[in-house]
Parts: sequence; structure tokens; C-alpha cells
Amino acid sequence: MTLQHIERTVGVGRREGNALPMDSLRLAGRASGRILSRYGVLLGFLALWQVAASRGWVNAAVLPPIDAIIVALWKGVAGGSLLGDIAISLQRAGLAFVAAVVVAIPLGLVMGQARAVEMALDPILQLFRQTSALALYPVFILLLGLGEASKVFVIFWATLFPLLLNTISGVKEVDPKLLEMARVYGARQLTIFRRVVLPGAVPSIFVGLRLGATTALLLLIASEMIGANKGIGFQVMNAQYNFQIPLMFAAIVILAALGLIANQALVILQRRLCRWSNPAG
Amino acid sequence: MATPSGGAVTIRDLSKSFSLGGRKLAVLRSLNLDIRSGECLVIVGASGSGKTTLLRILAGLERADDGGVAIDGREIEGVGEERAVIFQEPRLLPWLTVLGNVAFGLEVRGIAKAEAEKRARFYIALVGLAEFADAYPRQLSGGMAQRVGIARALTVQPEILLLDEPLGALDAMTKISMQEELARIWSEENVTMVMVTHDLEEAVYLADRVLILPKEKGGAARLIDVDLPRPRDRSESRFVRYREELLREFGLH
Repeated sequence: MTLQHIERTVGVGRREGNALPMDSLRLAGRASGRILSRYGVLLGFLALWQVAASRGWVNAAVLPPIDAIIVALWKGVAGGSLLGDIAISLQRAGLAFVAAVVVAIPLGLVMGQARAVEMALDPILQLFRQTSALALYPVFILLLGLGEASKVFVIFWATLFPLLLNTISGVKEVDPKLLEMARVYGARQLTIFRRVVLPGAVPSIFVGLRLGATTALLLLIASEMIGANKGIGFQVMNAQYNFQIPLMFAAIVILAALGLIANQALVILQRRLCRWSNPAG
Repeated sequence: MATPSGGAVTIRDLSKSFSLGGRKLAVLRSLNLDIRSGECLVIVGASGSGKTTLLRILAGLERADDGGVAIDGREIEGVGEERAVIFQEPRLLPWLTVLGNVAFGLEVRGIAKAEAEKRARFYIALVGLAEFADAYPRQLSGGMAQRVGIARALTVQPEILLLDEPLGALDAMTKISMQEELARIWSEENVTMVMVTHDLEEAVYLADRVLILPKEKGGAARLIDVDLPRPRDRSESRFVRYREELLREFGLH
């Protein structure tokens, strides 16, 4: 922030020198320089991929050129053949994520406040947390069948823990000096919770939400690779079986895009809710 | 905005001890003290003499083992609306603006937001932060943040203002200007002020009376009247003599 500020001040100083075209040129140069320094490595990686695949340095059947992947992606999305898969995947992950939020955040708020509840629940929580959700997936299939229920449940299960643990630690890490301050002004327990504990825990809850969103997508794919006939994860596996490699990569790109969008949406929401903790204002 | 007069404190046979590693450690032993309505009493004492404990008992944040505290004749039980505390740290809520923080005390006491903010603005101006009403705590310097804490305490218009080393964490220059500010606020607000400090010059600058708590067993608390006109001049010979008298109490002169 400070650096940008200095740059801008210098720029204004120069403008008096009647050198406008030079200045805008320099600004454009600086903007492209910023893009290059941020995305240069990524662009280089994609270029290397494209060249290696089209020149035959690698087997194009296994690693198709970028343009072939883009064509497959376009066909799948604009042509509509992948839209149904995207919809069902979003439904599974979304349902599980929302359910995890609804369970984990209230439970975490209670556990963070009531020591007795936390002490009682902690051992079983640690046991569940350390058991891989994927290892439990066959158990869930046995209990819930191979349909939607077991898929949604395994995603829910895995998403629950990062959310719950971050909510608990958010509540516990609220500065006791702030709680005492509120008490001195006569705030009752509920007011202290609403006005001090809850806002203080929000940043940590957001860490949980972002971890949870990543986990949900991870488990979505894993669950769709077993016993599904629709969904992005299914498409990745199915395309590979049928040797439709560009389609396989197109499905992978969609997954990456979903992850990026979910994360960015949460980042924006966090900025709006926690303007106070955000140094950029 | 003057507060109704009141805020006389009676402390009778007050004792408090802590257990430390199985041993009982008495910090206050049968303390008796009358704090007059509207006076500025400054408490000094070596560390471990119980000065902060005394203030926390007055605030209602800790309970005495024995004896009691009465305000205007009524025994206190816990925190009360006639008291406000200024801590060593500003203790601001980082998600509220300066205005929100100063209004906080009134809002948790059930005053409507609009009215609370109106009163808060008055005290924000009083501590010289009118331009910063919409700033967040992280944007403030240490001295400014402490002013916000002071404004928050004043906004609830307490009869008794309890200050626990409020300037202890500030640099020397800020500290002096804040001492002047506290002296001004005290003279304008008609409030009983009880302040703990380890800075003897600060004690002489602000106090009507200085209470010196004994450190050793069996020692008696001592009260010194600071009979100096206000505003006080730190370089005046009588000021210096009071300071030396306090230093002697601590065996430092």
C-alpha cells in the first residue's frame, strides 16, 4: 500500500512537466509489468504445455494441447453436454456444505463457550477427525446406499471438521480482556456473546469456511468416482476410460474453476464482513 | 454535561489474599479508607502491594475475602452503573469504529443507538478525536486509542472513574500530554477519580491525595495530601518536594 502510494505521488509530480503521453505509456508499461510478474509463471507453464504437446515432445494423446482442451470445454459447456454434470455436482457439494455450516457453526459456538461441552465432545471429535472420510465412505455406502445420500453425507462429514474446529478456536481466542471490558459496562452473557464473542470469531470462522469449501470439492470428486453416473468427478473418470483425454482435462478445468470461484466468493464476503481487519480498508 | 454529585467510597477492613503455589499471599490487609466525592485519589505502591487488586475490587471485578466497599452508603456487589473503568490497554473492539466503541458502553446498558452515538460524539470531541469518529482502532496510535477508551468510560457518565495505570504503556511525551488531558477532564466532569499508577510524578500532578500501599507485612497504608494549586507546574519547588517525599516513602531518596 505504501509503495503504491509513493508511486502515485511521484506520477503526479511528473505530470506538471508536460509529459502526458510519456506518462500514460509508462503507466501502461507498469500495468503490464504487474500482470507479468503476477501471472508470468502461469502463462509460461501454459505456453510450454501447448508447445510440448503440439510439437510432439510429449505424447499428445495423453497430454493434449491446450487448444484441444479449450475446444472440448467449449463443446461441453456451450453445447450443454457437461451442464447436467456441473448441476448435479454443485447440488451435492452445495447441499453438503450448507448442512455442514448449519451444524458446525452453532455447535462450534457452543463448544467454544461451554468448557464442559467441549471437554465431553473433544475425544470423539478427535477420533472422527483423524479417521479419513474416504476410509469411511464404504461404511456410509453400506448405511445409506450407493445413491445421493451417501455422497452428500461423506462430503458433509469431511467438511464438518475444519468448520467446527475453526469456529471453536475462533470463540476461544477472543481476547478475555475484551470480555472483561464488556462485563465492566454491565453487558449480560447474551450481549457479550452477540457483541464481542461472535464478531471476534468471524475471521476464524471464515478460515473454516474456505478450508471447508476446498474439502467439499475434494470429497465431491472422490465420491463421484465411485458408483456415480453423473457429475464432474464421474466425467473425469469416464472420459479417461473412454480415452476422451481432452474431455477429461476439460472436466478437470471445470473443477479447478469451481474451486477458484468458491474461494473468491468467500474472500469477497469476508472483506465485506470484516472490513475492520482488512489492511487495504 | 456534569454528572450528579455522589461517588463517595467507603472501604472498611478490606482484606484480600491469593494462593500462590499452595502458599497464601496477603495483598490487602484490613484496609480502611474514605474516598471523598469528586476527589482525585491516586494509589501508588511497589509491585505486589495490591494496588491493582484494590482497584479491581472497587470495580467489582474481584471479591474481597473480608470487609467491604460501599458507594454513597450502599454496599457494592459486582460491577455497577455508577462506575466505569479505564484499563492499561485501550481494550477497543477492533470491528467497531471509534464512534461505535465509545457508544458501546451506553448501548449495552440499553440506550438506543441514536442517543448513544449522540452522547458518544460529545465525548469523542472532548478527548480531541472528532475527526477520527469513523476510524477503526487499528488506524489509531497508542495515545489515540487510549483516548477512545477514556471517552468510552466518560460517555456512561459514571460517578466514579477507576483508572488502572491508564498511561503506563504510552511513551513519555504522549504520557505528559495525556496527564494534562486527564487533569482537565477531571476538573470539567465532576467525577470521583481513583487511579493506580507507578509513576510518582504522575501521582503528584493529578492527585488530591496519594494513597501509598505498604509492601511488607504489618506496614500501614499512608495518605499524603497534595496541597498544590491547579493547573500544576512540574518544575515548581513544592511540586518537586512532594515528589521527593513520595520517593522517600519507597526508600529511593
